[in-house]
Amino acid sequence: MQTPADYRLSHLDELESESIHIFREVVAELERPVLMFSGGKDSIVMLRLAEKAFHPARLPFPLLQVDTGLDFPEVLATRDAWVERLGANLVVASVEEAIATGIVVDDGKTSRNRMQTATLLDAIETNGFTAAFGGGRRDEEKARAKERVYSHRDDFGQWDPKNQRPELWSLYNGRLHEGEHMRVFPLSNWTELDIWHYIARERVEIPSIYFAHRRRVFERDGMLLTESPHNPCRDGEVVAERTVRFRTVGDLTLTGCVESAASTLEEIVEEVAVARVTERGATRGDDRFSEAAMEDRKKEGYF
Amino acid sequence: MDLLRFATAGSVDDGKSTLIGRLLLDSKAIFEDQLEAVEATSKTRGYDYTDLALLTDGLRSEREQGITIDVAYRYFATPRRKFIIADTPGHVQYTRNMVTGASTADLGLVLVDARQGLTEQSRRHAVLLSLLRVPHLVLAVNKMDLVDYDQEVFERIRQEFVTFTQRLNVPDLAVIPLSALKGDNVVTRSEHMPWYEGSSLMHHLENVHIASDRDLRDVRFPVQYVVRPKSDDYHDYRGYAGRVASGVLKPGDEVMVLPSGLTSRIAGIDVFDREVGEAFPPMSVVVRLEDDLDVSRGDMICRVKNAPEPTQDVDAMVCWMTREPLRPRQKLAIKHTTRGARALVKDIQYRLDINSLHRDTETRELGLNEIGRVTLRTTQQLLVDPYEQNRTTGSFILIDEATGNTVGAGMIN
Repeated sequence: MQTPADYRLSHLDELESESIHIFREVVAELERPVLMFSGGKDSIVMLRLAEKAFHPARLPFPLLQVDTGLDFPEVLATRDAWVERLGANLVVASVEEAIATGIVVDDGKTSRNRMQTATLLDAIETNGFTAAFGGGRRDEEKARAKERVYSHRDDFGQWDPKNQRPELWSLYNGRLHEGEHMRVFPLSNWTELDIWHYIARERVEIPSIYFAHRRRVFERDGMLLTESPHNPCRDGEVVAERTVRFRTVGDLTLTGCVESAASTLEEIVEEVAVARVTERGATRGDDRFSEAAMEDRKKEGYF
Repeated sequence: MDLLRFATAGSVDDGKSTLIGRLLLDSKAIFEDQLEAVEATSKTRGYDYTDLALLTDGLRSEREQGITIDVAYRYFATPRRKFIIADTPGHVQYTRNMVTGASTADLGLVLVDARQGLTEQSRRHAVLLSLLRVPHLVLAVNKMDLVDYDQEVFERIRQEFVTFTQRLNVPDLAVIPLSALKGDNVVTRSEHMPWYEGSSLMHHLENVHIASDRDLRDVRFPVQYVVRPKSDDYHDYRGYAGRVASGVLKPGDEVMVLPSGLTSRIAGIDVFDREVGEAFPPMSVVVRLEDDLDVSRGDMICRVKNAPEPTQDVDAMVCWMTREPLRPRQKLAIKHTTRGARALVKDIQYRLDINSLHRDTETRELGLNEIGRVTLRTTQQLLVDPYEQNRTTGSFILIDEATGNTVGAGMIN
């Protein structure tokens, strides 16, 4: 005799089920969805969930990657491996090209990460995408805590926090006007630790830079940055080889690594579980500019 | 480890943000850089204590005005459970936000200040939580330190609340005396209140029995998406993807598809690349049938002798969420499970005063944040159950076709 307790899902299974429901809902109701794929751990979990949602059929939408020209080569390698295994269609929107064609102005002061926003919005518009899946999580940052699963963007791609649609039960409202699009966040209710538990459980391929490795790094603004011709050292900065790993991946001139010996998924899970500093606070220069940095970038149309 | 979603209601004055800040801090969901930022802000503002409420302040526009404008979601976990808090503000647009936050909640947490006792606001919160059929309710009597941990004060509030909730539908109620600021009965049992024999708030959240809240008897499987690979390997594969709303489905079960009424048997249930022996709520699965029926999104798989009612006349409690009032003859779009239709407002039977529970039958419209009993006529049949039996097949949203906004939330009678 089975009891109600036998019919409980673990928290990971419940999160997975919710995310799969969101993927299917979008594909059923919105015309041209796309998955924003950075090659980072969150976008890989998204891709895994999308794979599960439509199996045994192929992904019913393409992947979109914004290439900053400053991506880690290890991340691009993982991206290509996933695209090949799934037989997915990859659209690359290049920041370099956007600069060359005048869509984005490189004034020498704006980070590549910010120029990504304009490149992204242009790619969404020219391809006619009406829904873009993003890997944002509500636990990441205060401005994200109020983000909807379906985040409505106006025809300038902007987010208005005071004018969001109420979201009840699991009834999502995908109505759009001409020119508008929807950002959809299937990982809204996942935390960083959930992401790592899931990657460890699913045994999916992630970029090697998430694992501890020897790397030549230097310290800037309290962060360890990788040595690179794109990021020349300034006066007084000393390059040294250390054992490090990355907690997030992004523009290599801004994404710091942490000293770590975690070389397996289990060790990473253990490290994340006892971490006392948020992943973005520790390793993302782009979120540190002001207390409201994320809120401002989201309003402009960032991921 | 399982998952518990709870909604909190109350204003800053009740110490709600302090309580949430403490739950996050004590379960180590707050990181050092977040705490340092809050300490620095508290200092700049000239406070002589660390204002934990700042941890849950979201957007700059809110910080500038010192208010919360929207539902915010917070996360923490203990070794026993993962928790999702839907944190709803107590004042501005409270109804719209509370209804939103409560719609997915397993448990509702209402806070009162021990010095004030029950207020109109705390009664209102209890009414909304019961209307949304949140199965578990906790009344946290906060600031017990400010009434000298007096048992009589607590007992008076508890008695009054128990009496009040007898008029509502509250299947499970716990009343806990605590001090969020001092940490009494938040995570550990307080030494200051030996007369209280119940558990601490955290212990209650970790152990409250939610396994029986789900309906495992009435099979309801709204078809969300048809999976047809059309590849060489899966040439004839045709599966119906969806999330189990209620009941347990097993291969071999005889099922009926609505609205067609055609019957078949379940050939198999797939979760990604493996077949499973059963599917139960809230699993997302793909169901294959033995017969080649014409099934599409918006249809519902159920049992032959246990089916929802197909109807075009919907009688529901509606919470109205936009400035322009709801009036009879108005036309709206409706989304129910995976099915969409258009709806005509036939009648507003009454407006419910959520403070007095009085039914105002004179009203001709529902304003922003008002709740009333409404009858709708839909262009297509909906496959409905009463909301009190099924929170998935008993709920719907109303959409303004011109703006595309979600303007109403409905619970079917």
